[in-house]
Amino acid sequence: MKRTSPSSYDEMLDADGSVRAAYAGYSDWLDEQPPGLLKRKGIEAEAFFRRTGITFNVYGAADAEERLIPFDPVPRIITANQWRKLSRGIEQRVRALNAFLHDLYHRQEIVRSGRLPERLLRDNAAYLAQMAGFTPPGGVYTHIVGIDLVRVGEDDFMVLEDNARTPSGVSYMLENRETMMAMFPELFTRVRVREVSDYPRRLARSLAACAPAAFAGDKPTVAVLTPGIYNSAYFEHAFLADQMGAELVEGSDLKVENGRIAMRTTKGWQPVDVIYRRVDDEFLDPLSFNSSSVLGVAGIMDVYRSGGVTIANAPGTGISDDKAIYSFMPEIVEFYTGEKPILSNVPTWRCSEPDALAYVLDNLSELVVKEVHGSGGYGMLIGPTSSKKEIAAFEAKLRARPDNYIAQPTLSLSTVPIFTKAGLAPRHVDLRPFVLVSPHGIDITPGGLTRVALKKGSLVVNSSQGGGTKDSWVLDD
Amino acid sequence: MLGRSANGIFWLFRYLERAENTARLVDAGFRMALTRDSRDAREEWRSVVTTLGMQEDFEEACGTEYQGAQVFNFVLRDKGNPASVLAMIEAARTNARMVRTVITREVWEAVNESWMLLKEILGRTVNETRLGDVLDTIRRQSTQVRGAMEGTMLRNDIYNFARLGTFIERADNTARILDVKYYVLLPSLSPVGSSLDNVQWENVLRSVAGERAYRWLNAGQMDPKGIAEFLIHDERFPRSLAFCYGKLRSNLDYLARDYGTTMDAQTIQRECQDRLLATGIEAVIEQGLHEFIGDFLACNNRLAQQIQRDYRFID
Repeated sequence: MKRTSPSSYDEMLDADGSVRAAYAGYSDWLDEQPPGLLKRKGIEAEAFFRRTGITFNVYGAADAEERLIPFDPVPRIITANQWRKLSRGIEQRVRALNAFLHDLYHRQEIVRSGRLPERLLRDNAAYLAQMAGFTPPGGVYTHIVGIDLVRVGEDDFMVLEDNARTPSGVSYMLENRETMMAMFPELFTRVRVREVSDYPRRLARSLAACAPAAFAGDKPTVAVLTPGIYNSAYFEHAFLADQMGAELVEGSDLKVENGRIAMRTTKGWQPVDVIYRRVDDEFLDPLSFNSSSVLGVAGIMDVYRSGGVTIANAPGTGISDDKAIYSFMPEIVEFYTGEKPILSNVPTWRCSEPDALAYVLDNLSELVVKEVHGSGGYGMLIGPTSSKKEIAAFEAKLRARPDNYIAQPTLSLSTVPIFTKAGLAPRHVDLRPFVLVSPHGIDITPGGLTRVALKKGSLVVNSSQGGGTKDSWVLDD
Repeated sequence: MLGRSANGIFWLFRYLERAENTARLVDAGFRMALTRDSRDAREEWRSVVTTLGMQEDFEEACGTEYQGAQVFNFVLRDKGNPASVLAMIEAARTNARMVRTVITREVWEAVNESWMLLKEILGRTVNETRLGDVLDTIRRQSTQVRGAMEGTMLRNDIYNFARLGTFIERADNTARILDVKYYVLLPSLSPVGSSLDNVQWENVLRSVAGERAYRWLNAGQMDPKGIAEFLIHDERFPRSLAFCYGKLRSNLDYLARDYGTTMDAQTIQRECQDRLLATGIEAVIEQGLHEFIGDFLACNNRLAQQIQRDYRFID
């Protein structure tokens, strides 16, 4: 394998082309395999994904066909040591996020102390007034968090984004591992990799630990609320409900009854204690938010506030993963934990600030500019790979609404080899570890979802933009 | 379980059953048409379309010629036909996706694989050479789903709703075949003993996969009254009305025991079953097979709707 972009850190090979320690076991195994093995297994994996229906729907695709997220059979490997450091940083950050949310919806000490401008909350649709003064069951706001990390050096992981609303992708983390174990069983006897398969059980336990005040009994009823089979992540909703032994409900299955949320079962209406919702805040309750929503439950916010049901993640958590807030995360971590942040942020220019805007406008061709409320890789500019015309068009939008944007340097994301027709070739990756929060603590599944830009040189890893995924390994000590 | 899931699994198995029965009916029609002159062949195809209740849609799309390849392409795969086998399989798969959490991975994969395979083979025009293979595949896929269900599903309410869907649909389909073919079976109308009759009778049996069973039970003798009785009353034959109603009864009984309450559906089921079994074949023929079947279909439909109400399939 040849290094193609000498400026970025390759996770398998060092500058001299020697295999790094993390990949030593894998590389030895790979050298012994017959030629054509990866190709054959790749074809098998695709057939397997189609048969099992591990597909996603692309928004706006004309034929509304279900697509596969391409799966690459070369694992992404992290050593036990690297992971230890990383998970300390993640734990600290998630702890801070929950403390931050509690503060935002109560005394707002961080604003009073002058460390966070008040306008960020005032003008922010993700800040829900309905949550003010209310503490969710168990004090947990973000039951499930996905922290998007990029790596730029041996020990240099940075947080690109916090996903504190309804992070998705965990089913791919689980299925990718299942697929790898089915394709290369002997590989797992040679390289000891930490388990991920008990994530659904841990999720179920974590959710059950946050039962609402009205719950009486020994086992809370947990339901996954999905927008339905046409949602892009429906597979994941069904998968998680199935694995947790929870009900998979739609808004039309639920109603408010005697101060509780009840689901229509074949035996009549029965109470639900914890709702793991995969429906955005806006659609959760037509009485409180978007009145035309049919995806939610009319009156659920009242039930929630009076202790009749737990909603996970709590409504209003989006305020903490807002990109404008993101730029304050180092201060936020320090404010609530009293510690220096272990994980650093990517340097961020807030275009709402005149000096920053001037710098960004002068350097558009070298920066990545993102919408403050955007996600999924939509509505962003990647300066270095954009044409003059595209940059000019974006500049107009930026000038019209500077406070809608932030800018970051184009990072040289680390690369990991993928399997191509021409053999192994490096491609840029990120990593989304999944974090569970319950009153008992913070639980991080070792590894996460590695997304990989399949196009040579590309930095866009989003599945909606042609990215693929890899199994992510954390080595056992 | 959720009422919506019960509805989903009930319809999943209704659609699968209908797809399979449609394939059998086309198979029987095809065999018959092969041995007939073109006028009789057209009549045979017309009766296939009538049995499936697609007459209006078909004539609008293809006219009144009832030409073989047109008929089986319309029935199996025409995009303008909302009740085509392909549409049934798609509907079954959509329901399976919706109830993904109440079926086992093996059942889901069997349904999903059937859909992938049939979408492919029904994606292009079916000719007479390919028809046999296509029909075989439809039946085989159906068998695979059933096998996955038998082998992996818990015997609980979910299973009961799947079975209720299967037998409501199967009883409906067998009754419709009897209804359209009744003139073939009516003793007074058919010239006795000709070889032509034998072939026609056998064909009625073939369309419900009962030809071998019937021959085995009757030492090869074909007799229209005996065939009608076999399809209506023989509790050993898995596609007879009596068999379906036995299964509907036991599944409703399981549900009543499981839930601790008797429902109106049980009362309707007993009424239908009692009438079915109490009316001997002589009386059926005297009353008129067509009227008898008409009453039965109405009762079967009433039962299906009561099940949906009793178990809150919809709000």
